[in-house]
Amino acid sequence: MATTSTKKPLLEVRDLKQHFPIKTGNLFNRKVGAIRAVDGISFDVYPGETLGIVGESGCGKSTTVRSIAQLHKPTSGSVIFNGIDMVKADTRTMLKARQDMQLIFQDPYASLDPRMTVRSIIAEPMVIYNNRKLLPESMTSHEMEVRVEDLMERVGLNKAFKNRYPHEFSGGQRQRIGIARALALNPKIILADEPVSALDVSIQAQILNLLTDLQKEFGLTYLFIAHDLAVIQHISTRIAVMYLGKIVEVSDSAQLYDSPKHPYTVALLSAAPIPDPKVERERKRIILTGDVPSPDKERDGCYFYDRCPKRMPWCSCHIPPMFDITDKHEVACWLYSKEDVSKISMEDAQADAAKIKAEAINKQ
Amino acid sequence: MSLKPNAKAVLEVKDLKTYFKTDDGIVKAVDGVSFTVHEGETLGIVGESGSGKSVTNLSIMRLIPSPPGKIVGGEVLFEGEDILKVSESEMRDIRGDKISMIFQDPMTSLNPFLKISTQMIETIRLHNPQTDKKEALARSIEMLKLVGIPSPEKRIYSYPHQFSGGMRQRVMIAQALSCNAQVLLADEPTTALDVTIQAQILELISEINNKMGTAVILVTHDLGVVAGMCDKVCVMYAGRIVETALTDDLYAKPAHPYTEGLIKSVPRMDTANKDKRLFSIEGQPPNVIDLPPCCPFHPRCHKAMEVCKHAYPPEKDLGNQHEVACWLYIDEETKKQALQDATQQEKA
Ligand SMILES: Nc1ncnc2c1ncn2[C@@H]1O[C@H](COP(=O)(O)OP(=O)(O)O)[C@@H](O)[C@H]1O
Ligand SMILES: Nc1ncnc2c1ncn2[C@@H]1O[C@H](COP(=O)(O)OP(=O)(O)O)[C@@H](O)[C@H]1O
Ligand code: SF4
Ligand code: SF4
Ligand SMILES: [Mg+2]
Ligand SMILES: [Mg+2]
Repeated sequence: MATTSTKKPLLEVRDLKQHFPIKTGNLFNRKVGAIRAVDGISFDVYPGETLGIVGESGCGKSTTVRSIAQLHKPTSGSVIFNGIDMVKADTRTMLKARQDMQLIFQDPYASLDPRMTVRSIIAEPMVIYNNRKLLPESMTSHEMEVRVEDLMERVGLNKAFKNRYPHEFSGGQRQRIGIARALALNPKIILADEPVSALDVSIQAQILNLLTDLQKEFGLTYLFIAHDLAVIQHISTRIAVMYLGKIVEVSDSAQLYDSPKHPYTVALLSAAPIPDPKVERERKRIILTGDVPSPDKERDGCYFYDRCPKRMPWCSCHIPPMFDITDKHEVACWLYSKEDVSKISMEDAQADAAKIKAEAINKQ
Repeated sequence: MSLKPNAKAVLEVKDLKTYFKTDDGIVKAVDGVSFTVHEGETLGIVGESGSGKSVTNLSIMRLIPSPPGKIVGGEVLFEGEDILKVSESEMRDIRGDKISMIFQDPMTSLNPFLKISTQMIETIRLHNPQTDKKEALARSIEMLKLVGIPSPEKRIYSYPHQFSGGMRQRVMIAQALSCNAQVLLADEPTTALDVTIQAQILELISEINNKMGTAVILVTHDLGVVAGMCDKVCVMYAGRIVETALTDDLYAKPAHPYTEGLIKSVPRMDTANKDKRLFSIEGQPPNVIDLPPCCPFHPRCHKAMEVCKHAYPPEKDLGNQHEVACWLYIDEETKKQALQDATQQEKA
């Protein structure tokens, strides 16, 4: 796997799978299949960097975040955070580790309890961890009060409003409340699931700047999710592109726009509009046909095969592994394999796939 | 995109005002909006949420819920006739037939309980009562094919929920097109869609605009979409149009401080702006309830002057169809006078 530096990763995700069972509605509630929301993804996040995850709706971005935070127990794979295997750890160890891992969500309206005042929303993580005696040092309620006020000022909220309710704030301000709450326990990493997607352009810029400032000030690491490529490129050190529960490309953020490799990334970048009429006139769009298929079936070929303008017979029955382009850029596409597979006919490709399958069964 | 020099004006909105009565006061959602769209032209309306874009479109279609809403002033001229004055039954003929509308949420115009076939045939027959069912069905299938629905002769018998979001959006466009309207109002038609699907839908709208000469009003908050689609742009803020310009001019030399800030605050993936801070307009848009006379942008404007706090700026024509409502472009004498008048009025 390509690495950015010799530093040790803060978060290591290996072959993470999150399948949701599809059940028949009848008495026996038999499992008849699975939604493969996340279907075997691996990546590292290094201290102080921002790893951006981009992809269209339903590709598994939110599920990835929820599985990492153990809000769902992953179907398989491992999540090593700060040296602790979050999947295998007992609840107390996991909760303790999660102090350093906080979340921010897209919808500031839905993610804040409407019946709680801003001060209790921001203080809640401290109260919970304090009551469970999970904090390094216990906090008095006065200390918490001071901390709430500090946090409010730091994220640009007037501390005089601490006894107000979320509905009395605008969308951007509510996102600030969410950020203050996420900072309350001094986390190492923040998992941000589309934190600016619901905001207007001018407010979006304010929140992106705030997140950048906070990262510098507190040495935070971000896992940042968005479907907007320009936002992702702006905020990220490195970018992972997801499609149908798989990561198809990982690249240095600066490189991705200049030299996207995966046919899906190329199409995605070409489809995203650029706010400049002169540039837009010159650009060539690759218009993909059809819709993203449903992630409810097991695939034994490239997940992008149905829509890929460059597909080869080989791709229909062989799942591409990650190929290194440079030490900062890897891509899951047979076009970048060292062996040329483009000339292989469908019959030969399928015969090869059948052989591999038979060997695998024999081994068991 | 096809801006012909002598194209005929199809829709002219003049000093449109739409207010809502609420418990907190009068919401001046649209407060003196004017623009013109020509045959074959695509006009963009951009602005942040709540700036009055949808209310403008709904007012043109006369679909403002009343009460609490009311069109309190202005004209909407369609081919020279003020459609705010025609009877409701004449208006029904205009809707869909002459001016059609697509919304952000396709389900606002599709009935979930009826097959697509039934809905499309009904729409066509409503506007052309002489068309028989068979003809209408054939035409519907043709339209679905045009918008890129695979095997339309089968899919037309589906219910809306059997289509994905992008497909439903296309069905709505097909329905809007089936009547050959002269004007298409598209209110955030791709906001809820993914970029690859957005690209498909926008391509479709430009094709219609180019091939059929349909005038398009495209409402969006996405400056990238505007850049790629529109000939001309109106920027809305707090119920008013603060700047109008040809698209190239708007991006190359935005005149209004709000437009300039908006363009600068969008991250771009094609330029290496890696100094990591975006330009940002501080604060947030004003509440349009009981807004005093002033430039509504002044609390957020880094160029605000005394006069901006007391009087709404007049419109200034900068030439080449570029108009701006900002005191920066007004001479000292007029500013002084306006300030004097305003202070006197405030005292009285
Ligand atoms: N709790 C769940 N049960 C069943 N399916 C789910 C659940 N959560 C997500 N999914 C499905 O998993 C896929 C990925 O969803 P999600 O992670 O929310 O995507 P994204 O955030 O990229 O839009 C979708 O097909 C979604 O419908
Ligand atoms: N039915 C209504 N009752 C009261 N206020 C309304 C109603 N519809 C719209 N408004 C107000 O009108 C203003 C403009 O809304 P809208 O045109 O929907 O904005 P945009 O489409 O630009 O986001 C907003 O302040 C909104 O709250
Ligand atoms: S592996 Fe084959 S089908 Fe998949 S993206 Fe590459 S070329 Fe396309
Ligand atoms: S009128 Fe004044 S406050 Fe308004 S945009 Fe112009 S300079 Fe700024
Ligand atoms: Mg999501
Ligand atoms: Mg709207």
